[in-house]
This record gives sequence, structure tokens and C-alpha cells, in this order.
Amino acid sequence: MLLRKVSQSSALCSTVLRLPAVLTGGQRQAAVVFVGQNGRLYASQAAEAVLEKPAAVGSDAATKVEKKTAAAAESKSFAFNIFKGQITTSQVFPFPQVLNEEQEQFLRELVGPCSKFFEEVNDPAKNDALEKVEDHTMEGLKEMGAFGMQVPADLGGVGLSNTQYARLVEIVGSHDLGVGITLGAHQSIGFKGILLFGNKAQKEKYLPKLASGEHIAAFCLTEPASGSDAASIKTVAVQSPCGKYFTLNGSKIWISNGGLAEIFTVFAKTPMKDPKTGEMKDKITAFIVERSFGGVTHGPPEKKMGIKASNTAEVYFDNVRVPAECVLGEIGGGFKVAMNILNNGRFGMAAALSGTMKNVIAKAVDHAANRTQFGNKIHNYGAIQEKVARMTMLQYVAESMAYMISGNMDSGATDFQIEAAISKIFASEAAWFVTDESIQVMGGMGFMKDAGIERVMRDLRIFRIFEGTNDILRLFVALNGFQNAGNQLKSLQKALKSPISNASVLAGEITKRAKRKAGLSTGLTLQGTVHPELAHSGELTVKAIEQFGGVIEELLIKHGKKIIDEQFILKRVADCAIDIYAMVVVLSRASRALSEGHTSAQHEKLLCETWCTEAHDRVTHEIKSLHSSESRKLFSNMRAISAAVVENGGVVAAHPLGF
Amino acid sequence: MSGRVLVGVKRVIDYAVKIRVKPDNTGVVTDGVKHSMNPFCEIAVEEAVKLKEKKLIKEVVAVSCGPQQSQETIRTALAMGADRGIHVDVSGKDYENLGPLQVSKILAALAKQEDAQLILLGKQAIDDDCNQTGQMTAALLDWPQGTFASEVSLEGDKINLVREIDGGLEHIKINTPAVITADLRLNTPRYATLPNIMKAKKKKIVTVKPADLGVDVTSRLEVLKVEEPPQRQAGRV
Repeated sequence: MLLRKVSQSSALCSTVLRLPAVLTGGQRQAAVVFVGQNGRLYASQAAEAVLEKPAAVGSDAATKVEKKTAAAAESKSFAFNIFKGQITTSQVFPFPQVLNEEQEQFLRELVGPCSKFFEEVNDPAKNDALEKVEDHTMEGLKEMGAFGMQVPADLGGVGLSNTQYARLVEIVGSHDLGVGITLGAHQSIGFKGILLFGNKAQKEKYLPKLASGEHIAAFCLTEPASGSDAASIKTVAVQSPCGKYFTLNGSKIWISNGGLAEIFTVFAKTPMKDPKTGEMKDKITAFIVERSFGGVTHGPPEKKMGIKASNTAEVYFDNVRVPAECVLGEIGGGFKVAMNILNNGRFGMAAALSGTMKNVIAKAVDHAANRTQFGNKIHNYGAIQEKVARMTMLQYVAESMAYMISGNMDSGATDFQIEAAISKIFASEAAWFVTDESIQVMGGMGFMKDAGIERVMRDLRIFRIFEGTNDILRLFVALNGFQNAGNQLKSLQKALKSPISNASVLAGEITKRAKRKAGLSTGLTLQGTVHPELAHSGELTVKAIEQFGGVIEELLIKHGKKIIDEQFILKRVADCAIDIYAMVVVLSRASRALSEGHTSAQHEKLLCETWCTEAHDRVTHEIKSLHSSESRKLFSNMRAISAAVVENGGVVAAHPLGF
Repeated sequence: MSGRVLVGVKRVIDYAVKIRVKPDNTGVVTDGVKHSMNPFCEIAVEEAVKLKEKKLIKEVVAVSCGPQQSQETIRTALAMGADRGIHVDVSGKDYENLGPLQVSKILAALAKQEDAQLILLGKQAIDDDCNQTGQMTAALLDWPQGTFASEVSLEGDKINLVREIDGGLEHIKINTPAVITADLRLNTPRYATLPNIMKAKKKKIVTVKPADLGVDVTSRLEVLKVEEPPQRQAGRV
């Protein structure tokens, strides 16, 4: 019955030929995909493995996996669902507008004074030269309330929502990233843990002085031997026998505000008894540590390439007595605290960087409009026009991502971690490119200190590294998505166990895959969601998503649990996901501009269409290479090259001159 | 004496914006353009708040004439320390034709209604550069005026003023109630801090119409054309 339904074309037939192997339930292939429990275990572990060593095996991971599956099953996250080849529009269309009239008016009033302060009082060049934020600027920032923007008003802060915070952080980013990091390290990660996980007593005790800037905060996770591999930290906090305090020992490096802070959010391993097995295990716990506890010292400020005004130092904890009341969240739940804090603050980076890009674009354009060479203003030349256009599109995408995510967060969404990671990757790389091109447009002038752009370039480099390196975040995006797609395949496996009763489901799935393989549309559409003038871009996006869903499934079937080791593939998968999310985000924003008749609607349409055309081509090309066997060869070539060079401690090829 | 000071604040196109003339030459482009408080009005607000901090006056009332958006300007004054605001609602064609004569009539009416001891204004607005409102208001009220003030000090019921004039500095002493217009060097306006902006949300702004004050805002002037200044020619050495 099933076979008759799908006997149409040769493409479909080939699909049919594959399936019986699976239907009969045996064979290696089936085992690899539908080994259900184990496969799922690995995929979700992988997502954590990139951030945490698989030390937590056994029952613990199983419960984590159960919870994760349940959550993933109902996820409304757009990025999650494209891995299944599905379009979930609730979080992306229409472009979120979350500020009510009062919030909007309040925000408008804040933008003026904030901008004025940064234009007139803050001196980024001075801050960079002194390698610290000038004292009177720090005082001004404290008075302005800039140190507690998201602290509730009744605890002394300004009580801003994520979207309002994004708008102000955009201003900071467009003027001085060094100050931006000082403020961000303090409130976006430094004491965010208290906001998210603190109990009432902790909030009331610490937030008022942190909001006023009387106390500065710092986030202490990284250690000399633990950067991306955060789960391997060695700082230890041993609970006293009476249970009343912990003794903290260890050292952290590259801590922003390390030399200034009074309050530290510290992550340490606490030995705990596993309730199920009774064995002692080391789990990470988050602590609020006050410098006044004694035993907390710091090293000299690090000399850096950029964000020189921001203080970065080593922090040492020597037998520090931390009261049990200072545990943040649950004992042993520190990893979750750390990830949530970082996840929660990521949209802020995209917002700040979109402000930075706006500023350098304005400088580049000012130059291009006034510089005459070969008898014409240089903005009339194609080479410059392409640069300006690309810079503008990248800024538009990053800005759209920042405000879409902040809008989703303000609307109560909880599953935005993939989008947040995407926005950090995109914005940091876009800002680097845009600033680099801006210097190029300005020529020699761009290279000079006075123009102010070289400083921005130096400041930007760290953004691709800290808060989760872009490489790690790509793995995170890909593996999170694979895990989600893997779950869907698992439910398919269940259906296959009783094919007769699930005949219609299976027929639908077979047809979908067959159509996809034949290059036909599987029925997905954005028509009706996207503005009619953007219909073509909408179609390109849908095509990209369909192909993407297909290749994800193929990769899962081919590699199964081993996909976590295929970093060459994971990187490319993540790049596709990023491009697709970017396409959808600009479609949403441009659609809104057109529907609401904004003055810039036609210009935004241009940006959207140009971006979607190029992004679609990139995604198609990438997916093709993921299908092909040439790329397999290329990856293994690159592995071999890398192995040889590492073994040789440097390049291997003999010098052209022979010596 | 009521100890009440009326401060006039005007919403103008921000000083940093590049002005463009509308294609039909009837005015300049204001749609979507950044607006802010006239810089001289900021100096006037700062002076009023300073006087209140020195306890020489009791209440600072910020007034603005214009459309709904003028309330933003009043809020900025509240964030700087004014106590309450009065928004005189003028919009559309009336607003386009609103000039110093009508505004001074409004301010005069409000001064009487609020029993003001002092009116503080900026010396001129950076959009029309009229430099007339303060002088006209004083004349309508028959009050002494201290214009282009670079120093103000209250002495009992008199005011000592230093005026910046073409020839130098003029020291005068005037009676109260009086009208003072602020010049550039009178003070340096404070930054509205985020907590003050939050506090300002609780302060009241009352909206009235010119008719409620018995003022007719029809203009005696008609703008015929607005055009850009001629392009600068290259100089000759």
C-alpha cells in the first residue's frame, strides 16, 4: 500500500529502495539513527560537551536529556525548527514591538541625555591612552545611573527592559567600547546572576550598591587551563562540616573589572554526594564573593590590544570564607547559572555592535562623499559603492537581530539561546568586517589615530573571542539544532515500529523527503506572512530552509552520534543556520517597514532583497558541498595538513630557495 | 511673593542636524528629524533650578507652546529639576505660524495666572533667531527686563544682573517681578541623569489651550518662501 503511493518518479523510487532496509528494522543504518536512547544522549551531551566535559554521565545526564527533549519538542524558536526543515513563525513574524507607550516615551527621554554624555563628557581617545576610564567620566556614569540600568527601580536601578537596555547600550557601543565593556562586565554578566538567580535577601543586600556604582561587579569563570572548556575549572569551594560556609581556593584570569570589583560572581567546583549513587562528585557552584571577605587579591591590569580602558586582571582566592548564604542558585547548579548569565547578556553585544557599525559607516560615508580623486567624489565609484552597500546590509541585519531577540526576551520567550548565539557570532564578525572596510574607504586617514577608527578596530577584536568564542558558539548552534532534529527522527522511528497504524504519517514523510530530493517544494511557504513586495525573497528563504532541513537529516542519518566530532561539517551547518536566521530577520523587519509605510521602507526592501539573494546563494553552495564527496576529501586533506604542521611545529614545505 | 519662576522652553531642531529646505520651499524638513530643547532655554532652566537649590525661589514651572511632542521638552526640564510643567497645546497651521508675539501673550497670561515672580527665558531660539519673546513679554506685563544675562543674583526683592552687550558688560539692578533672558555664559546646564528622568515621570504636566488663556494665536505674518543660503563662492587671495 505504501509502495504503490510513492511509485511515481525515479527519484521517488530510489527513496523507496532505501526505506525497506529501515522498515525491516535491522541493519546498521537503522541502528545508527534510531538507536534512540543512546543517539539522543550523545547529541544532547554534545551540546553540553562543547561547554562541559562529559563528566556528568549516567542517570544525571539522562534526566537532563529527558527535560531537554520535552522542552525541545514544544520549542517555538525559529532557529531550532529550521533544523527540522520547519518554519515556526511565532517568534519572528511580525517584527516584535514590545514597548508600550509609556515605556517608549521613557526610553526616548533617556536617549538624549545618554547620547549627550557620550558626545560631550566621555573621551574615548583619552580613555584608550590612559588605559582606564577617566575618573570624572566614571563619576558621571554613576550619577547617570548607567551602572544599574536593568536593576528594578525599587532597588535603586533604572528598571529597563531588555529592549530599552539594548537601545542605550547601542549608544555606548557607538562611542566607546572600552566603557561599554566596563559597564557590561559589571551588569550584563557581573551581577546578572543575582538578578536571575538571587533570592530576595541577596537581591536586597547587593543590588542597591551595585546599581549606584558604589560597588563594581565582575564575572569570574575563566582560568588558565579552562577557557572554552568551562566545565574543567579547578577553583574549589569546600563546604565546612557545619555547613555554614565554604572555603574558596583558586585563581581566575582575564577577569574584566577584576581590579575594580568589590562583588564577584565566582564559579568553583564543590565536592558533592550524588543522591542516587552515593559517590562523591565535583559539581560547579556559583557564589557571590565579596572582596571584604578577605583573601581576595588581584594582579596588575593586563596590557591589551583593545578595550584598553577596561580593566582586565587576574583574581586570586586564597582560603576565602564564603558564607553559605552567598551560594547563587543551587549548590551544584553553577554550570546552568553560568550559561544562563552568558545567554541572557548576549543580545546586548549585538545591540552595542550595531551602534558601533552605524558610527564607522557614518565616518566612511562622510569621507567618501567629500574625497575627490580622479576628478570625482569617490562615492561615485563602484568599488566604494559595493563596500558601503555591504557595510550597510551587515549593520541592518545585526541591528534587526539584536532587537528581534530583545523583543522575544521581553515577550517572555525562554528558548532563545540559539538565536542569541547566532546574533553574537554575526554581530562580532560583521562589526570587524565593517570597521575594516571603513578604514579601507578612508585610505591612509583610516589608519591614523586621529580618525578614531583604528581604535574601534582594536577594540572589536576581542568580541569574536570572549563570551563564548565564535568557533565554540558555532558548534553550539549546530549541535543544539542536530539534537532537536534527532528527536524528531526518534519519533519517526516510533511511528515506523507500527507502520500500518501510522501509514499516513509515514506516507507524508516519505513524500516530503522524495520531493525534497527531487528539488520540488515540500509545501512550506511564507506567503501571507511576508509583505507581498518581498514575496520573492520569502521564496528564496523557504527554499533555503527546505534544503537545510534535508541536509541536516541526511547528515544525522549518515553520522548519527558521531556528528559531534565532525567539526568541519558543524561549522558549515552553523553558517547556514546563521544565514537563514539573518534572511528571516530582515524579511520580518522590512515587511513591517512596508506594511507600516515607514519613510525608509523602499530602502529597507532593497537591503532585504539584496541580502536574501546573496544569503540564499551562500546557503545553497554550502549545502551542496555538504552533500558532495569532494568536500569529504577536502576536510581530510586539511586534517592531514594540520597534523603535519603541528608535528613540525611550523610550516612543513621546504623553502623555495631550499634553505 | 509667590517665589514661583516660570521658565519657557522651546522644542527646536537639534543643533547638530543638517538642515534641509522642503522641496516646496515653504519651510524646512522637520519630519523624522531629531529635535531637542533650545540650548538657551536649557541655560534658563539650569539658572532657575540653581535658584531653587539656593532656596531663593520656591517653585520652578516649565512652559512650552507647541504640539504634543513639546511635552518631551517639558519632561527634560522636569528631569533637570523643574517642579511641574504647563503644555500650551498649539498644533498644525497655528503651530507653523506661531511666533514671539503670540508666545509672549501666552507667557504674560500664564504669569498672571500662576502669580509668577520671575520669568526666565533663553535669549533667542536657534531656529528662528528672533530674540524678541523676552522683550515682548516684559512689555506686555509692564515688567522690567534683564536680557542677555551672563550673571544673575537676587538681592531682597531686587535683581542684580550683568548683561553681555556689544560694547562689553553692563551691570544693572532691576525690580521684581521681572523677565530675564539667558545668554551663553550664564551657566553650564546639568545632564539629566537617568534616576532624575525616572523621578520626573511622577511630576505633573497640565495641558491648556491658548483660548483658555484668552490669547488669539492668529499670526500677522505670512511666510512667502524659504530657500537655502546661496552657495559659498571660492575666495580669492
